[in-house]
Amino acid sequence: MSAKIGLEIHCQLTTLNSKLFCACRADYRGMAPNTNVCATCMGLPGTLPRLNGEAVRRAAAIALSLGCEVPGTLRFFRKNYFYPDLPKNYQITQLDLYGPSSVGHGGSVAVGDRTVSIERVQLEEDPGRIVYGGEGGSAGDTLVDYNRAGTPLVEIVTGPDMRGAREVREFLGILHDMLENLGVSDTSLEGAMRADANVSIEGGNRVEIKNVTSFHDIGRAVEYEIARQAGNVEHGLETVQETRQWDERRRTTVGARSKEADQDYRYLIEHDIPPVGVSGAVAQIRASLPESIASRRRRYAAEDGMQAQVADVLSSEPHFARLYDAARTGENSRELANIITTDLMGLLETREAREASRLEPAELGALALAVSRRELTRASAKAALQSMVRSGATLAETVDSLGLRPVDDAGEIARAVEEVMAANPKAVADARASPAAVNHVMGLVMRRCGGRADPATARSLIEERLRSHDMG
Amino acid sequence: MTANLALGLAEYAEGVRSGDVSAEEQMAATLERIARHDGVLHAYVSLDPGALGEAARVDRDARAGRDVGPLAGAPLAVKDNICVSRGPTTCCSRMLESYRSPYDATAVSRLRGAGAIVVGKTNMDEFAMGITTEFSSFGPSRNPWDTDRVPGGSSGGSAVAVSALECAAALGSDTGGSVRNPASFCSIVGLKPTYGRVSRHGLVSYANSIEQIGPMARSVRDAAMMMDAMAGHDPMDDTTRRAGPAGGHTAHLSDGVEGLVVGVDAREVDRSTCVGRAARRAAGALESLGASVVDVDLAHEGLSVAAYYVLTAAEAGSNLARYDNIRYGYDMPPDGYEHGAYVTAARSRLGPEVQRRMILGGFVPSAGHAGRYYLKALRARDVLASEADSAFSSRGLACMLSPTVPVPPFRVGEKIDDPVELFRMDSNTVLANLTGRPAVSVPFTLCDGLPVGMQLVGRAGEDARLLGVAAALEGAADDMGVPAL
Repeated sequence: MSAKIGLEIHCQLTTLNSKLFCACRADYRGMAPNTNVCATCMGLPGTLPRLNGEAVRRAAAIALSLGCEVPGTLRFFRKNYFYPDLPKNYQITQLDLYGPSSVGHGGSVAVGDRTVSIERVQLEEDPGRIVYGGEGGSAGDTLVDYNRAGTPLVEIVTGPDMRGAREVREFLGILHDMLENLGVSDTSLEGAMRADANVSIEGGNRVEIKNVTSFHDIGRAVEYEIARQAGNVEHGLETVQETRQWDERRRTTVGARSKEADQDYRYLIEHDIPPVGVSGAVAQIRASLPESIASRRRRYAAEDGMQAQVADVLSSEPHFARLYDAARTGENSRELANIITTDLMGLLETREAREASRLEPAELGALALAVSRRELTRASAKAALQSMVRSGATLAETVDSLGLRPVDDAGEIARAVEEVMAANPKAVADARASPAAVNHVMGLVMRRCGGRADPATARSLIEERLRSHDMG
Repeated sequence: MTANLALGLAEYAEGVRSGDVSAEEQMAATLERIARHDGVLHAYVSLDPGALGEAARVDRDARAGRDVGPLAGAPLAVKDNICVSRGPTTCCSRMLESYRSPYDATAVSRLRGAGAIVVGKTNMDEFAMGITTEFSSFGPSRNPWDTDRVPGGSSGGSAVAVSALECAAALGSDTGGSVRNPASFCSIVGLKPTYGRVSRHGLVSYANSIEQIGPMARSVRDAAMMMDAMAGHDPMDDTTRRAGPAGGHTAHLSDGVEGLVVGVDAREVDRSTCVGRAARRAAGALESLGASVVDVDLAHEGLSVAAYYVLTAAEAGSNLARYDNIRYGYDMPPDGYEHGAYVTAARSRLGPEVQRRMILGGFVPSAGHAGRYYLKALRARDVLASEADSAFSSRGLACMLSPTVPVPPFRVGEKIDDPVELFRMDSNTVLANLTGRPAVSVPFTLCDGLPVGMQLVGRAGEDARLLGVAAALEGAADDMGVPAL
């Protein structure tokens, strides 16, 4: 049974410094309730919205990255509805009521073989947050925290073009990577990304699922809803056209009161924000867009001969891709990609770790080059990397202070081989019986040299020595 | 020294600077006059207890040779829908009875910066909805020329205070004539600036797409000096981004009208009424000063009042939605409301005129009705704007002249129960709001002892030139004197 799924995704522009219409912080997380507020975002009498130009530019960058057209003039509207989390009892948002004036329209995204159309991208303010019972109050209380009110939010509306939960997840993955690559949102933050989904199955009514507050749950909600509607068909029941809430805890969708579903928002032009002319800025925004993930992936494969899997991983991680691009010299690219994807991504997994890292791209490049030229073993490189991330020291300083200069003196390695073999007769016997067991001896020798012996030299010395014992 | 409360702003500041005028004495005399007359006039709804101290400080600064500003020591009255950081800002509504604003409106802070001292907040129709000040939740103001009559509105309290020498000048706000109408009824000067010229930051919104804060003063020069202090771009109001620099409003006051073309609608100079005859005489006065007067008929002007009331209702419905008895009003019983009981009580602190316009405002942009009301009114506004533009450009008009209000001040209670009749009083004033143009009311004559003002509507952005024409008309006006209290 084929399903039709369209999404409305809300994404906070978490990396901005300030809210959409005032100077309060866009990143309100971790603050005491109602401390990230001012007269404007509380909607006090006489205050007016002051449009954050950088928010407009970032929303336009999202629209352009989704293949949308950005109209020459943007307009804002008021969506009037009563809700305690909405300080003015209206939300400032965008609308294409009098021709396209939202920040983007008519885009598309390729998801596998399918094209998902992007109907509209709009910029709006996030409401405050309602906290039910408990948390900071007595059990029966419902509290409102306005720290979030006025946070810049981009809404992305797709056409009903996805056919199943798998495609929904794939689309969201692409969107997630794109937003990270643009640097406009840290989607890992709680509530930074929310979605509503419209789901219908063949010939049935459309059901809107609201209130999905995590990326992960969108796929689940869609899956559940498709199964629910399929069950209806199986039992000859009609699926009611309605809005359903996603129940995070029970992982089901629940019918909402029809009143909530059927609001008249009495849209008005927001005259406090004069029409915003952006035709000049759009070309400039387009020109300064970061390279897309797809084009980066192609470049890595074509120019650096990177393996498909490594190119996939590296191209979709904007922080590491930028590091790679800054550190690559051509000669070092293979080792560089290796070091970044196997060691550095693990060391710098969190945003905090990335921000705290003192590693200079040039020194990372030098490290990879040293490995390529066999001036440093991979094991030493890993140790050096761990140290450089913390210390910010140069490669040369690090190699000296950790004593990582490779042991390239064949005599010294030969002595180590001799000692190891003398001390481990069982390992030597195993190695003689099975070539696979040579690796164990190899490991013992490398450890003896503090990981600094050139592995090729060590191996050939071990093998030579094993043969000579045979003869002896 | 004896206080002279009729001083113009320039003389005031000059006197304070030179030591000939004591700001403290002037302020004390102003407060005394308020104490004596305001029980009847009811211009003020609250007084700033710090005013006298500030006046003394201005005197000290002047003696110490510090710059005391172009409006030094001038007692300023502020309409109660304009925020001040000290004392209440209620919009004369029970809903905001206990509200205190944490900040000064930009216009207020700029006037303070120029040396003016806020005396208090003035009476108005609740949330600026009305043209008589009778819709104030705190009781009506009275016209100083005849205390049985209304002072006009909605900035009635400000007009009364200026006219009765209870301040040197005042701030009003004008959504459809709310500065000009009471200016005309109380025989003072009132300017509605070009939309976007004076910051609305701190003006409590009613119909935000058309309203402006405007100066109310006893002379065109005083109004121009206030504009110099408060107009111009404000980062707190995105609609002021094209306002340009603040100064220059006094530059054309002596230009005269020689060679200018003034448009007059023949219907407005109807000989059968005293007001119509006054308008004819005003046109003649400008002609004799060298202007040429041409007949102008805007074919769609008849739509303006209807378009105005639809748009203002729609915007009011949205702007006032936040006053829901939860965030403001606080009528909340300790255990909270049952949902239905809450909905019934949510707007109960708002008066009848505000409720009427909010109900209308919920209707006109609603699904299924927007096309017949809200969207049509937006179209009508566009038609009116382009019609006015082409009249001005094809005839080369400097401004258009009409009576500000079709009638002289009427009696308190006379029209309060007839909203449609009250709406008609706006027929000459709303066009300037709908089209964003500057408009000024200048005192011209008395009809049966009651003030009648003339309105001049100018070119958008040319407030200074409009004030020049206003100054010429002011010079040709009758000498009405001051109201006898």
